Amino acid sequence: MTTTAPARPAAGRSRRPSGRRAARWPAWRAFLLLTLPMVAGLFVFKYVAIGWGFLLSFNDARGTIALGDWNGLDNYRRLLGDPAFTRSLVTILLFTLFIVPVTFALSLGLAVLVNRLRRGRALFRTTFFIPAAVSYVVGALVWKMSLFSGTPSGVANSLAYLLGHDDAIGWVAAVDPPLYWIVLVTVRLWLQTGFYMILFLAGIQQIPAQLYEAARVDGAESEGRLFRHITWPMLRNTSVAVVLLLIINAFQAFDEFYNILASNLSGLGRADGRTPLIYLFQTALGEQNYGAGSAGAFVVTMLIVVFTLLQGRFAGFGRTAEEEG
Amino acid sequence: MRRRHLGSYVAVIVFAVPFLLPFYLLIRNALMSKRELGSLDWHWWPETISFQGFADAFGNDAVPLAHALWNSALIATISAPLSTLLASMAGYALARIPVAASKPVFFFIIATMMVPGAATFIPTFVVVGSLGGVNTLWGLIVPGLFSAFAVLLFRGFYLRFPRELEDAGRVDGLGHLGLYGRLALPNSGALFASLGILSFIEHWNAFLWPLVIGQDPEFWTVQVALSTNLNQQAVNLPALFAGALVAILPLVALFLIAQRWIVRGVLLTGIKG
Repeated sequence: MTTTAPARPAAGRSRRPSGRRAARWPAWRAFLLLTLPMVAGLFVFKYVAIGWGFLLSFNDARGTIALGDWNGLDNYRRLLGDPAFTRSLVTILLFTLFIVPVTFALSLGLAVLVNRLRRGRALFRTTFFIPAAVSYVVGALVWKMSLFSGTPSGVANSLAYLLGHDDAIGWVAAVDPPLYWIVLVTVRLWLQTGFYMILFLAGIQQIPAQLYEAARVDGAESEGRLFRHITWPMLRNTSVAVVLLLIINAFQAFDEFYNILASNLSGLGRADGRTPLIYLFQTALGEQNYGAGSAGAFVVTMLIVVFTLLQGRFAGFGRTAEEEG
Repeated sequence: MRRRHLGSYVAVIVFAVPFLLPFYLLIRNALMSKRELGSLDWHWWPETISFQGFADAFGNDAVPLAHALWNSALIATISAPLSTLLASMAGYALARIPVAASKPVFFFIIATMMVPGAATFIPTFVVVGSLGGVNTLWGLIVPGLFSAFAVLLFRGFYLRFPRELEDAGRVDGLGHLGLYGRLALPNSGALFASLGILSFIEHWNAFLWPLVIGQDPEFWTVQVALSTNLNQQAVNLPALFAGALVAILPLVALFLIAQRWIVRGVLLTGIKG
């Protein structure tokens, strides 16, 4: 990405006869016209926003977004000293540790399964993929009010009743044991598994069939061995991409926590199910403390960047066949 | 061999049931009466189908669902083509117009991909708020129009665009803008459709940003309206589910009709992301 790029414009220029200076201006004008909207938009909504937010994080900015009341590292100190914030970091770490491997395994498993079907592949692919059309809000709504509702006629409670459990369980409200985790993890699982299954399915279909035939000739008959020795190593790049996306998305979880645990501005939010983004939402929009909110945004951003870099480090070892092919 | 296939089908059906169950629940609950849905025993299907939920959902003045649907439709139909067009323009210029600024501009754009979007909603809110964007349509739309990632995809696409076609256009007297508008853009329909549909889905389903910026009921999107319904003290259940059903119908239809494009878009954005 870094070293090869300059070759292109140079090559383009050298193809032209020298001394066509007049031709430069139309090229510049076209370049400016085409890139300006994007550059200006990113400048205002990313660069200015992040720069301003960064400065604001060193200000006492309550009820104001103006700079001027500098307080050094106070916001960061207060934030990291607030048990509610550190607890939200623990919550999101736990959530990430749950949701990433579970989604990964389920989407890979479904991809393998769907790929084995002779008929009806498209039908089942659509079945698993279509929840991706549903918003987190609607998912949370169905999970909270029907699937895991605390009434005896909720789906989970009806099933529990069939299994001999007579008392209705308050899934969302259950803190000990923390059954609400089941609600939070399964809703995200339902919403995003299909998306990653599509990625794995495409990866699987790119694996040359000869590899499997050759392995069978060599005596590797069982499905498990074929998966271990061919499918899994050949899916390496897809797996890395999937884990990366899963981590980034999990860290920014907001919608389902907000809607299932009712963490809205009225302060009904539960401390045990608050994610960093919910904490920041309440800090910035509830308390109007934009300095602390900005500081928190940078802490969370740094965590995501560190996590993705770490993951890239892990995945960087021993690259295999996929990228050569 | 036979038995293995049978096993695959059994397994895939066992998994398919929980994936379809929520859709069934949405439909069943939306068609039930308040009394039946609130009862303590399980009912597979409403005794008598009731559309009262839909009437209640649209008749609630505190949560203007129809207006929220209109807002979401407006935002998604403006954002999807516009954001894709902006990305395609920049992508073309970076791939095909050889000027010295090309490389710095490219890095200026892709550097923004390092920063996760949702985590920085407060800094973005600060800027949009200072520009007077709270409770405005532009505040809901404009900050979401700039996707560095889509620029990257379009740039990759235009780098592979056949040079002969462009040379032919140049012979016909087209300048850079003409080449883009007459040749490159019309020939990038597949990528345009894939990314445009994904963008539509993303904007329709967005929650955090509309929640932050559209605080007045007049600027609620459908997701914010549903969330408000959900978090009320006394929830009208059939109306809640009827509203949710209406909210997902456009996207489910889009998924069924345009799945090919969606899958292609997912592969582009997923693998390279």
